[in-house]
Amino acid sequence: MGTSVFYFVATLSVIFALMVVFAKNPIHSVLYLILTFFTFTVHYVLLNAQFLAVVNFIVYMGAIMVLFLFVLMLLNLNKENEPNKSALLKIIGIVAGGCLVVTLIGSLKSVAITSPLVLKNPSLGLVENLGKELFGPFMLPFELSSLLLLSAMVGAVLLTKKEEKANG
Amino acid sequence: MEIDFVIEKFILITALFAISLLIAMYSTYAERKVAAFLQDRLGPDRAGPFGILQPLADGVKMFMKEEIVPANANKWLFMVGPGLAMLCACIGTAVIPWGQDVQIAGKTVALQVTDINVGLLYIFGVISLGVYGVMIGGWASNNKYSLLSAIRAASQNISYEIAMGLSIIALLLVTNTLSLKEIVSQQHGFWADGWFTWNFFKQPLGFLIFMVCAFAETNRAPFDLPECEAELNGGYHMEYSSMKLGFYLFAEYINMFVSSTVMAALYFGGYNYPGMDYIAAHWGPTWAPLFGSFIFFMKIFAFIFFFMWVRWTIPRFRYDQLMGLGWKGLIPLAIANIVITGIVIAIVNNF
Repeated sequence: MGTSVFYFVATLSVIFALMVVFAKNPIHSVLYLILTFFTFTVHYVLLNAQFLAVVNFIVYMGAIMVLFLFVLMLLNLNKENEPNKSALLKIIGIVAGGCLVVTLIGSLKSVAITSPLVLKNPSLGLVENLGKELFGPFMLPFELSSLLLLSAMVGAVLLTKKEEKANG
Repeated sequence: MEIDFVIEKFILITALFAISLLIAMYSTYAERKVAAFLQDRLGPDRAGPFGILQPLADGVKMFMKEEIVPANANKWLFMVGPGLAMLCACIGTAVIPWGQDVQIAGKTVALQVTDINVGLLYIFGVISLGVYGVMIGGWASNNKYSLLSAIRAASQNISYEIAMGLSIIALLLVTNTLSLKEIVSQQHGFWADGWFTWNFFKQPLGFLIFMVCAFAETNRAPFDLPECEAELNGGYHMEYSSMKLGFYLFAEYINMFVSSTVMAALYFGGYNYPGMDYIAAHWGPTWAPLFGSFIFFMKIFAFIFFFMWVRWTIPRFRYDQLMGLGWKGLIPLAIANIVITGIVIAIVNNF
């Protein structure tokens, strides 16, 4: 049953992810992105990572996407003020897309798994075990990443502050 | 999975759904009666004795009204908005433990739909998802007031979610678990080991922050900026009519019910009450847990009454006051609360 659910949800994720790209209206695009994140939450639950699932739900769906929608609703996206897409931009886009395809194919070739990885501890994703892992063996990287986030936050606040005039 | 289990859960879910809707229905009546009482009026008294059929009359009116979709609205999203608001309001009750296990005809029935071990975070997630109903509805209406209201709802929700999450962290330091079933059963009785068992007495400041944030998340007065009629002509549901409007209004009352439930369960002991062991010894394993559930509902109604009391007492905030309170008042307080809680727990555990 787990496998069939996985294939169903995976198909949905791919469809919604494609809709994010193909939707004409940016708001629709963001809404499809929210649905994509929702299918990811289901994937986490299927992988027995309940904490990650619910955090993905709260942080990505509940907070970040709300801010995305917030910004897009503030922007007035009409046909007239859409930026011009020059020929150069299109060529660059094609080259970048081609590079991405090559990278994807290359990585897909190397990750072909012959012996599937079996999780030793099936309840690893529960909060208690995750906390023990994060604050035990992975203490330093965990704290370092939190410092990184903090500095990013301080930087964002600093950027929004207006510069004081030199002559005061 | 036995068929008994499925039937049991199905009955429980149906009952919960019916109770949520019934309570939301009568909250509208109670709100008007409370408002009338506070303003020295009579309130609705025409439909039935004391006007108790008023919610039915309102429901029929809502259904019978003409359904209008604005010409330039995004039709699909215009429909999704109220539906999403209603959905998010209704799924929150799934992880609440409504009572201790009840023995009915020799079978033990758990009064909780599911006990996931991240129950508290689930509730938090459902609450944070609730804003999409307002945002999508407000944007799809294609009306600048509705749009402004949707944007206000989003920023208000995001701001108060942070303080709410921080107040929950302090609570988790005390409870050591995210499962709502365990959090409630830890608050057994009323007094144990020289201190109250209810989390309110362990986290008074955390409760205050949580409650203020709950008011803001449910868009209740004094935080009802998204539907501020003086500035926004009604806000996100201005273009809505008939039952779509009804869904928005209904979702607000169900949200109020869910928030009251969560506050009663997290901080006021849920189904626990003083002297519950005595009652359990005398009333047997069927009636004592049901009496506990009754007590739980009394606590919920007390909170719902408090919501209404505040609405008709405190005037609405200005928008900058709202943001100032959230970011400069509640968030630093919540962080201080975490630090103090941590220090107190360290002292209690080590000395």
